[in-house]
Amino acid sequence: MAALGTRRRLAGFARTLRDNGYRVGLAETCDALQVLASPAALRPTSLKPALRALFCATHSDWERFDEIFDAFWQGRGMRQRQVLSGVPSATHAPAAKKLAEAHVPQEALGLPDRVERKSDGDGETQAEGRGRREGASRVENLAATDLRHIVDPEEIAATHALAARLARVMRARLVRREQIRKRGRRLDLRRTIHRNVSHGGMPFELAWRRRKIKPLRLVVLLDASGSMSLYTAFFVRFLHGVVDAFREAEAFVFHTRLAHVSPSLRDRDVTRAVEKLSLMAQGIGGGTRIGESLATFNRWHARRVINSRTALMIVSDGYDTGEPGQLGEEMRRLRRRCRKIIWLNPLIGWRDYTPQARGMQAALPYVDLFAPAHNLESLAALEPYLAKV
Amino acid sequence: MTLDRENISDKLAAVGYIADRDIATALWLMEFLKRPLLLEGEAGVGKTEVAKALSAVHGAELIRLQCYEGLDQNAALYEWNYQRQLLAIKTREGVGEDADKIEEHIFSEKYLLERPLLAAIRRATPPVLLVDEVDRADEEFEAFLLELLSDFQVSIPELGTIKATSIPRVVLTSNGTRELSDALRRRCLYHYVDFPDVDREAKIILVRTPGIDTTLALQIARMVAAVRKEDLRKVPGVAETLDWAATLAGLEVHDLRQEPEAVYETMICLLKTHEDRARLTREVSERLLGKVA
Repeated sequence: MAALGTRRRLAGFARTLRDNGYRVGLAETCDALQVLASPAALRPTSLKPALRALFCATHSDWERFDEIFDAFWQGRGMRQRQVLSGVPSATHAPAAKKLAEAHVPQEALGLPDRVERKSDGDGETQAEGRGRREGASRVENLAATDLRHIVDPEEIAATHALAARLARVMRARLVRREQIRKRGRRLDLRRTIHRNVSHGGMPFELAWRRRKIKPLRLVVLLDASGSMSLYTAFFVRFLHGVVDAFREAEAFVFHTRLAHVSPSLRDRDVTRAVEKLSLMAQGIGGGTRIGESLATFNRWHARRVINSRTALMIVSDGYDTGEPGQLGEEMRRLRRRCRKIIWLNPLIGWRDYTPQARGMQAALPYVDLFAPAHNLESLAALEPYLAKV
Repeated sequence: MTLDRENISDKLAAVGYIADRDIATALWLMEFLKRPLLLEGEAGVGKTEVAKALSAVHGAELIRLQCYEGLDQNAALYEWNYQRQLLAIKTREGVGEDADKIEEHIFSEKYLLERPLLAAIRRATPPVLLVDEVDRADEEFEAFLLELLSDFQVSIPELGTIKATSIPRVVLTSNGTRELSDALRRRCLYHYVDFPDVDREAKIILVRTPGIDTTLALQIARMVAAVRKEDLRKVPGVAETLDWAATLAGLEVHDLRQEPEAVYETMICLLKTHEDRARLTREVSERLLGKVA
């Protein structure tokens, strides 16, 4: 058994890893102690790879390990927490606090207020006057209210709950549909014989072969640029619901670049997950590079997250500050990869809206369903479509 | 057999696998802690090769379970040989044997078909079990695999519990098409396999392509590394490199610089889609060649 000092130090290292989002349990630490007691520990060069193989569980763990290891074992007298970039929970907690202090409480709830949107310089501004209804004539039914008009904190909470529930209902309906279809068409000879061994091989009980329908995989790309800011908080909530409810779902957020957010969304604590994501989505003054973001997606993520039964959902207003040609090209590539592309555009809900934005024009030919998403009703209307995909 | 980290590298090299320091450590650790090893990485980086090399080093049998969507216990663990069972029933019916006896007979070892997982735990000497592309199997199967990997015993309702006679060395590979469960990840040691660096790839080419000279191998390795940096749909793996090296050696090319035409034409060994082929035009090929050779 290693010396007490070593054990302490190792426990400290394990704690540091845990703080950085590694899943390190007692079992791993015990194994590490064994390694330290072995001849390998005499050569420091072999210690790092050994501990890395032991403590890492995913590729991102693997990539961050060296940095943490060096900081811990070589940083002199470093006792405080090592917090690195891109790390869930620990990183964002202080930032979140700062934000909450600096801003009005309404914003801390997740939905930016109206004042903020004046700062965004996208083409949406000119459409604004037409779409917005003035004054306090809010419709009773939350589901039909344009999300921009919901300002009361309680109503916001109710909307978010609805969004999460909606995502769950979509999933439930999809599953039910799968079960109804599960009626066999062909005889499964192998199973039939197996079942009837007890009858001396006389086929009394028949076994049917049924086509197993695998659930739909949903990949959502959410535009979190300035022009979408009024809707972002709501869709972040929706994303959380989707990732939570679908067994196979992936979520990405993009503005000028693309970020994979499913891991942060897997946090069971809704408020914390949404807060983390809202932070990622906020603070973006610049334009939207939809084409570039899609290119990143195609290059780095598509192979992993998209398969033949994937529906891709893009939530964006289509205001692209990049090259429309690129957007078209990337959409064409995406089209070939996945089963359906759904483009949700909150602006469609606005009266007299036509998809004028150049980016939107370039993307439209590759979109299977171009639908509004300005209120909960319009989202709910999607569900039968998703069930048919 | 105790294996030191140093001599594990040598032994791997002796069976034709060029290991880097990290993978050698991971294999040593696997031996030391008796834990399964999970290998992740892009397709074509040589994950499966690790298991093959490991079995060669230990002189152990390699039992491979290729995972796919819908893989079930019947295909992975065991199955009864129904046809033989039925035959046995029919023949014994004629003799008029007791029904209980028939049942006992037809559910005996004789009628049991071993599938890879069962085979792996029933060998006299510990084999290497390769669970290939575990991410393709369903989650239910993953849970079942986890159970097997921690208990190393299998219960067959008709026969009873079968305990492992030897604990196999287990290597799992994943391409990351699906997120694996935390439980499985925690059970395993983890190693991320990257494309080999130029030196290592050149060494691999030298070992695997007989009669190739060192400068050419190095040139090929550099060229492939450059091709991998291009924006391709399917990045060429080590197997593709070896194909290409063999082709070039077969064409008796000795220096890539001298034969840009042959390089461009044989590049089909590396590029497996029409799009990639179109992207790497003659000009691009020559530009890359100019940089690396």
